[in-house]
Amino acid sequence: MSKLVGAVAIAGGGIAGIQSAIDLASSGLKVYLIESSTTIGGKMAQLDKTFPTLDCSMCTLSPKLAEVARHPNIELMTYSEITGITGEPGDFTVTVKNKATYVDYDKCTACELCVSKCPVKVPDEYNEGQNNRKAIYLAFPQAVPRVFTIDADHCLYLNKGKCGNCQKACENDAINFEDTDKEVDINVGSVILNTGFEPYDASNLEQYRIDHPNVVSSLEFERQLSSSGPFEGHVTLADGSHPRRIAWIQCVGSRSPEIGRNTCSSVCCMYATKEAMVAMEHDLDLETTIFNIDIRAFGKGFEEFYQKAKNEKGIRFINSRPSGVEVDPVTDNISLKYEAEDGSGIKREEFDMIVLSIGLTPSDSSKNLAKIAGVEMDDNDFVKTKIDHPLETSKPGIFVCGAMQAPKDIPDTVADASGAASKAASLLSSERGNLVTEKKYPPEKDMGDEIRTGVVVCRCGINIGNIVDVPDVVEYAKTLPHVVLAKEEVYACSTDSLEGIADLVREHNLNHMVVASCTPRTHEPLFRETLMEAGLNPYLFELANIREHCSWVHQNNKEEATKKAKDIIRMSVSRANLLQPLYQEKLEFNKDALVIGGGIAGMNAALDIAEKGFKVTLLEKESELGGMLLKFTHLQDGRTTKEVLEPIIQKVESNPNITVHIETELTEQEGSMGNFKGHIKGANVDEDIEFGVAIIATGANELEPEGYFSYGEYSNIITESQLEQKLDEGVDAKNVVFIQCAGGRNDERPYCSRACCTVAMKNAIRLKESDPDRNVTILYRDIRTFGVWEELYTKARELGVVFMRYTEDKEPEVSEKTVRIFDHLMNMDFEINYDLMVLSAPMVTPETNELLAPMFKVTLDANRFFLEAHIKLRPVECATDGVFLAGTSQAPKLVDESVSQASAAASRACTILSRDFLETIGNVSVVDPELCIGCGRCTLVCPYNAPELKEVTVETEEIVYITKKSEINPAVCKGCGCCAAECPTGAITARHFTTPQIMAVIKAYGEGI
Amino acid sequence: MAEEGWEPKIVAFCCNWCSYGGADTAGMGRFQQPASTRVIRVMCSGRIDPLHVYNAFLEGADAVLVTGCHIGDCHYVNGNEKTEVKYNFLEEMLQQLGLEPDRLHLNWISASEGERFANFINEVTAKVKELGPSPLKPEGVK
Ligand code: FES
Repeated sequence: MSKLVGAVAIAGGGIAGIQSAIDLASSGLKVYLIESSTTIGGKMAQLDKTFPTLDCSMCTLSPKLAEVARHPNIELMTYSEITGITGEPGDFTVTVKNKATYVDYDKCTACELCVSKCPVKVPDEYNEGQNNRKAIYLAFPQAVPRVFTIDADHCLYLNKGKCGNCQKACENDAINFEDTDKEVDINVGSVILNTGFEPYDASNLEQYRIDHPNVVSSLEFERQLSSSGPFEGHVTLADGSHPRRIAWIQCVGSRSPEIGRNTCSSVCCMYATKEAMVAMEHDLDLETTIFNIDIRAFGKGFEEFYQKAKNEKGIRFINSRPSGVEVDPVTDNISLKYEAEDGSGIKREEFDMIVLSIGLTPSDSSKNLAKIAGVEMDDNDFVKTKIDHPLETSKPGIFVCGAMQAPKDIPDTVADASGAASKAASLLSSERGNLVTEKKYPPEKDMGDEIRTGVVVCRCGINIGNIVDVPDVVEYAKTLPHVVLAKEEVYACSTDSLEGIADLVREHNLNHMVVASCTPRTHEPLFRETLMEAGLNPYLFELANIREHCSWVHQNNKEEATKKAKDIIRMSVSRANLLQPLYQEKLEFNKDALVIGGGIAGMNAALDIAEKGFKVTLLEKESELGGMLLKFTHLQDGRTTKEVLEPIIQKVESNPNITVHIETELTEQEGSMGNFKGHIKGANVDEDIEFGVAIIATGANELEPEGYFSYGEYSNIITESQLEQKLDEGVDAKNVVFIQCAGGRNDERPYCSRACCTVAMKNAIRLKESDPDRNVTILYRDIRTFGVWEELYTKARELGVVFMRYTEDKEPEVSEKTVRIFDHLMNMDFEINYDLMVLSAPMVTPETNELLAPMFKVTLDANRFFLEAHIKLRPVECATDGVFLAGTSQAPKLVDESVSQASAAASRACTILSRDFLETIGNVSVVDPELCIGCGRCTLVCPYNAPELKEVTVETEEIVYITKKSEINPAVCKGCGCCAAECPTGAITARHFTTPQIMAVIKAYGEGI
Repeated sequence: MAEEGWEPKIVAFCCNWCSYGGADTAGMGRFQQPASTRVIRVMCSGRIDPLHVYNAFLEGADAVLVTGCHIGDCHYVNGNEKTEVKYNFLEEMLQQLGLEPDRLHLNWISASEGERFANFINEVTAKVKELGPSPLKPEGVK
């Protein structure tokens, strides 16, 4: 490699691209985030809620959107596509075609004035065409970048040369009809392919009648559920009424080899369950039915979610796949014909609405991109990777993640995305910091003794100006205490005005600033930056929200709106006057990592960190590296586990940055991110250790299914791992029966162990291939060979493996040579002879988790796996800063998933390790030791364990005594202020939301009424 | 019953991440509301001290709304659970002072629930309008 360029091009601005971008940019690399649509956010932005926690999708996504928008190291290239990639690892040239938007990004303030003037209506893609948008549009309110785009296909002016209304309406001269497509070359060291999936087009399958207005795709339904959707969250039929009975048909465009769709889409069972649940929350009398082949609730918390849906919410799950939707030619009513589960034959049932659970397919643009990149694809048009290298394409330096590699859900995609970022960052680690520029601000000026506050009132075009009497408000603002200047602006956030605000601060020697315009949630960072440019501390700024909270919601009452605007400004000024400059403290910290657990996850995590130049200590409690994989002999791609383990063990042991301790455990641990201190004890060590970040990769074990299906009673009943050891020597059994979920999905272990179906399939295939005459039967509850592993299930069936379903209320009864199973379809018992029985037992956590969790102040979930910080968007982080999870310590996983998650954990850890120092947030809370009585209430309410009671010696004139006082660790505090509200003596100050500041606002409120 | 034309004054404490966002989304969706309410933003609903609420009444609010993220969605893990505890205490205290229950509300509103925010303001305003001025107003009931 001759040259290394410290920049990465990321293709695709969905949640995967966003996560990769944030990780890389935070590790000191320059990022080009290239997205073909007008905004980043991808499919996740269209979702209403996310399973299994029913979190609001947009609420969790939009802070990430904002983070990308603000990140100085990320260059956003929306409405752009990659048209060429040349070069070699470390030095690629990527050609990007930038489509004309006809709107000047620097001038557009997203004021929306143009929208009402545009006469053209276009089906709104964001709502899946269920309502209209204009030809000039913002994809959705939280879109990033927040600028409008003219849809060239539909714009009257661009097509017919007339109209131009938007240009006339725009007060900022942002419309540019002369705009043209541009092509630019960017030079990067690595490329990450992230362009995701396309929902399957159900119109390919005529039998499902998506042409009927009451048959909708699951994504259309998702938009209907959303409060920002076409019907404000009310599920609506074509005639405007609301449905009473809704059915979902699963696997539309998935698990259908007959149409060339071989894979399972991994997410549909859960999203359908979620959609049914949310719809029922909106409408309590709604009846919901989900027609399925198997319910694939394989992820963390999914099985529990499914059981809740079935048993508590009354969602009907019917294990049958209707062949199509029937439409009554007379009434136009829709119905489904299906085979009854109890064997009573074919049934027909009418529904008001039918939702097609459409699968995840590789998009044409993804396929095209893969071709441009020159990476190999698999038979299903996903980018080809290996189980032990799930993020690496066939081309070095080009990485892949998310649904472009295989169908997967959000957390797996996010983990992949961080993992791919880690791979790119390893390649370019020597270039960290070389291409990024840090913005320099002038030194802060002296505040002086006098409070001098400036007020700028924004008209926001007509958004505020037409409702609120802005000149009147400006005059009023001048009368408020400490206000030395007030003026109006047409657009306070336009580039000119921002410069103007900085000038005002300088010329009038202002030391506090209030802008009355829109919401601080989008615009505060912008104005704060302006203050910094003018030499003022950013915390001296206050936004008065007179648009979202005033002019927009009181459009018919100008007088009241003006009065309210005055109130809001008065309250804001009273607060601004008391604002204090706050500083982010810079703390030195330890840059070593500790990885606990030497399985495939721990080793990969250690390597990824070490490759970036950081020192790693790797602890393994057993006598050799390898973890759970040592118990298995083969992977599902046919390779042996040895083939995979040996090279990585060798790499770990020979890496100079990694110190391995076998037969060693962490026995003590305290401190916080950047400053952990622990003690390790083992065969050859007994010493203190210091580190900055920790990765928990303690893995899981296969359960010994004692007490299930006669395990332990007869020697011919074994587990999957025991079978694998045996298979290498040759198995002479003629009749083999597998029982799935042996010890899992029950009251004791309510979770699904995710991997067992795929493992069973792999072993059944080996048994059949080594002796085609052998009878192999698998007794199962649901086959969960999700994603591309569905092909193993298909193959097993082709090889003649027999599958029989059982339900938990009628479990198979096992005696020494026979097993009795009740067949629901035939409504009778069967007896099957066996020579060998294999139990698929779930993964269970090691007991050491119970010791580790309190040491790191992290939580275990109900199944004793480690709990991640957020189930969707922070899958590898713990709630405790600086502690990360890799592999099966977080939940059961397949090998490729563990590897990808290990890289993800490394990536997240390295975003911390690559900083020069740790920076606290400005608004941390502080304790006044004089007032603190050491009651410890703050330590009880803080979810981050930031306050700590410390012993102090107090000396007064009369006595000297020892007592406890609380101290808040600024490196850990997140500034929520809960402790301040809890402190009985007022010893805690929640900075930026101090009691005097809040009280001043309340008082100012009272002054106006 | 209050005199003709009297309009209630309401203070809504909102957390930065959810309910304040809900109020924003109400604006973006142009969900019209009576101009009765003034929002006071804090980072987390858990920052809201009963004293703040009490003072808002003393300053003349006819009703006070305590709002935050839905349980489970708090940006700071579980601040809103602590809000609930403090709220229950506050509610009891204010009722003992003779305050009608409709003048104090706890509500969880997510950042996407603009319509819900607007409906909430509409409902509370209508209810308080019937009740008339708060007995805790500094000048007493007029
Ligand atoms: S952040 Fe909204 S309640 Fe805590």
